[in-house]
Amino acid sequence: MANKKINNPSFRKQAPDIIDTAELTLQLQPYNKYQLDNGIDVYAIDGGAQDVLMIEFVFFAGNWYEEKNIVAATTNFLLKNGTKNKNAFAINEHFEFYGAYLNQGSFNETSTVTLHTLSKNLPELLPVMAELFTESIFPEEELEIYKKNNIQQLEIKLRKCDFVANRLIDECIYGIHHPYGKYTSTVDFNALQRDELVLFYNEFYTQGKCMIFVAGKLPSNTIELLNKNFGHLPFNKNKALTKEYNCVRASQKKQFILNDENGVQSAIRIARPFPNRHHPDFSKVMVLNNILGGYFGSRLMSNIREDKGYTYGIYSFIQNHIHETEWIISTEAGRDVCEATIEETYKEMQRLCNEPVSEEELHLVRNYMMGSLLGNVNGTFNIISRWKSYILNNVDENYFYNSINTIKTINAEEIQSLAKKYLQPDDFYEITVV
Amino acid sequence: MILYNRHTLHNGLKILVHEDNSTPMAVVNIMYNVGARDESPEKTGFAHLFEHLMFGGSINIPDYDEPLQRAGGENNAYTTNDITNYYCVLPSQNIETAFWLESDRMLSLAFSKKSLEVQRKVVCEEFKEHYINKPYGDVWHKMRKLAYDVHPYQWMTIGKELSHVENATMKDVKDFFFKFYRPNNAIMVVAGNVNSNHIFQLAEKWFGSIPAGEKYERNLPKEPKQKNAKLLEVKADVPLDALIKTWHIEERLSKGYYTADLITEILGGGASSRLYQSLVKEKQLFSNINCYHFGTIEPGLLTIEGKLIKGVTMQEAENAIEEELVQLKSNKVAETELQKTINRTESMIAFEDVSVASRANSLALYELLGDVELINTEFSKFQEVTVNDIQNYAQKIFETNNSSTIHYYSNN
Repeated sequence: MANKKINNPSFRKQAPDIIDTAELTLQLQPYNKYQLDNGIDVYAIDGGAQDVLMIEFVFFAGNWYEEKNIVAATTNFLLKNGTKNKNAFAINEHFEFYGAYLNQGSFNETSTVTLHTLSKNLPELLPVMAELFTESIFPEEELEIYKKNNIQQLEIKLRKCDFVANRLIDECIYGIHHPYGKYTSTVDFNALQRDELVLFYNEFYTQGKCMIFVAGKLPSNTIELLNKNFGHLPFNKNKALTKEYNCVRASQKKQFILNDENGVQSAIRIARPFPNRHHPDFSKVMVLNNILGGYFGSRLMSNIREDKGYTYGIYSFIQNHIHETEWIISTEAGRDVCEATIEETYKEMQRLCNEPVSEEELHLVRNYMMGSLLGNVNGTFNIISRWKSYILNNVDENYFYNSINTIKTINAEEIQSLAKKYLQPDDFYEITVV
Repeated sequence: MILYNRHTLHNGLKILVHEDNSTPMAVVNIMYNVGARDESPEKTGFAHLFEHLMFGGSINIPDYDEPLQRAGGENNAYTTNDITNYYCVLPSQNIETAFWLESDRMLSLAFSKKSLEVQRKVVCEEFKEHYINKPYGDVWHKMRKLAYDVHPYQWMTIGKELSHVENATMKDVKDFFFKFYRPNNAIMVVAGNVNSNHIFQLAEKWFGSIPAGEKYERNLPKEPKQKNAKLLEVKADVPLDALIKTWHIEERLSKGYYTADLITEILGGGASSRLYQSLVKEKQLFSNINCYHFGTIEPGLLTIEGKLIKGVTMQEAENAIEEELVQLKSNKVAETELQKTINRTESMIAFEDVSVASRANSLALYELLGDVELINTEFSKFQEVTVNDIQNYAQKIFETNNSSTIHYYSNN
């Protein structure tokens, strides 16, 4: 068969046979769950060829719980800048000597502290991690350096149209007082007080609700080591975690901001409020979103980049928020073609409302999404990160299998009716920043 | 230990297979031995523009992305001053689709006028997004031009100016393709859930009949040893003053390269590094400071750059950096400090090797460098560096006459 083809150059016109990835059966490797002596849950995925692992502590210490702007993010950042017995340099030096990476992240509901290390060095690193959760002292001079440097960095970011547009679109959808919509100013940095950080730290880290995720090539005594170092800490004392916020939508649907007179590009954000992943439409809209702007072959990318050349990239996505979220289209386009870009974006939404998606395009999107999912449920770091997202969003493996089922079975009619429901131009907010 | 099998086709295409059956996916990585350094000074940005055109359809297949996505695959590419690299990841059962697509575009592009027109615009938007519409976006345009007198590293992969990309013609495109995109100027690495013999058969089937091109003899002007310190002062509409300094270092694979790499770690690797601790935390002269190099194949630049705290003068900032360099030149670093940088390097390599796509990319690069086994042995080159080497090399490179400096002032 192969030889016959070689003698006939037209064999190149014919695509090789493929298996339909949409027909594949995907499995999500289950985690192992352990509990430390103090009741902390540990979720673990073991495997891999390299002798590396990652441990992530997730605290319910995001900006959802702060009383004053950026207290959560600042506490998270500074918790490794000094403990009772070690200064910032000594702490960094310890982790870096072992070639480990200690990273922090502060989000809306949660804040994290993550360790990536060669598996062999775990026993040397965990005791100092434990110190960070119980003995951080937030030195005044560290806070002052932090303020000064962050104010300077903010000044630079504010010159970038994409940064400004990202802030404003979230403000439009959630309101400036909502954890998802608020943002930082110089005034906020200057107003930070050391005492506020210490209080937040005690309540949301030392005694805070926390869970642990581990993945990689785990030494056989990993859980034992975790229990020894963290099993006696006073976590989970703070149970009162319910706090509600109301969204306040912008009164003006369209805003144009001139940030830089000499700007040669404009950042465009077009977004609408959207429910969280417990809503029955969520996983179906993920398919519609892919068609609209979720991958390189999407409608927006094909039209606005690959046909017209207005932009280097245009994407649509649903933000990964727990409570409620927004569906957003995002691009940076040439200043002279900015209006045309917006017009074409709405045209593509309209087309999804007016015409059913062809079977051919739907087949393509199903296969693409399943292929991409297949690559993503592989490797311990990928698997634990999917599980973490599920656990924090309070869904289980059924969510995974139902999503797959949706990708395999959703039809053109359902997609069109979702488009009519969610892609109405009047429901969208629009920010343009030059 | 990363294992691989090698084979070369009659037309010169080199093939490496790295089997890893723990993943259901396969990676096909093709590295072409051409980068921005191979461009003519009047037509810069071309290697990168070309990378975009490689997705505009080939002689027998109108569209590259669609069939790959239909097979459950994804792809991307990047261009550096040295090389151009293309990779796709797809479920391993569908790997032949990648061979079909990649071999057809190596055979010949479609050379569509529309694709050239559109991608010229797309690249111009990329140029604006990353280098014009960003504060300090032009720093590396200016620094490359300052630091290199003759070597083509004096321009960025995006190109010297928008007009070079805007004026690219179809003739330029065709000439470039048939000069560089030939099987004997490429390395293909296939990794993941695959079998070496099967891959070699597929390679013969799809790539075997592509004619070889004329061998490309790279003959680039050598950068002469710098004789005098260079300084450029810039005033721009940015919020803060910035200081950028570079020094010439040796080529990839030289002992000096490994030593320079560890020096960047000592000075700028992590929050316990010397520059961060001394200049950001203790003296509080910079709001951030970095030390790095680009890992170029030919002699590159070691860079220190930072943003000044408001009120600090350029002179104070520069003196403080100089003091740190004097320290490094006059005193040996402690063995534990050297050990820390080696440990960090070991860890970095281990984490890089977690992803099969990254292993495929490294295999291609080491093969291109001339010794694929470096993927398993290169770490020992770092381990061989001593505290004496660090001191000697610091004395050699951190010399005023080997430096280029930009004082980037805020005109606010």
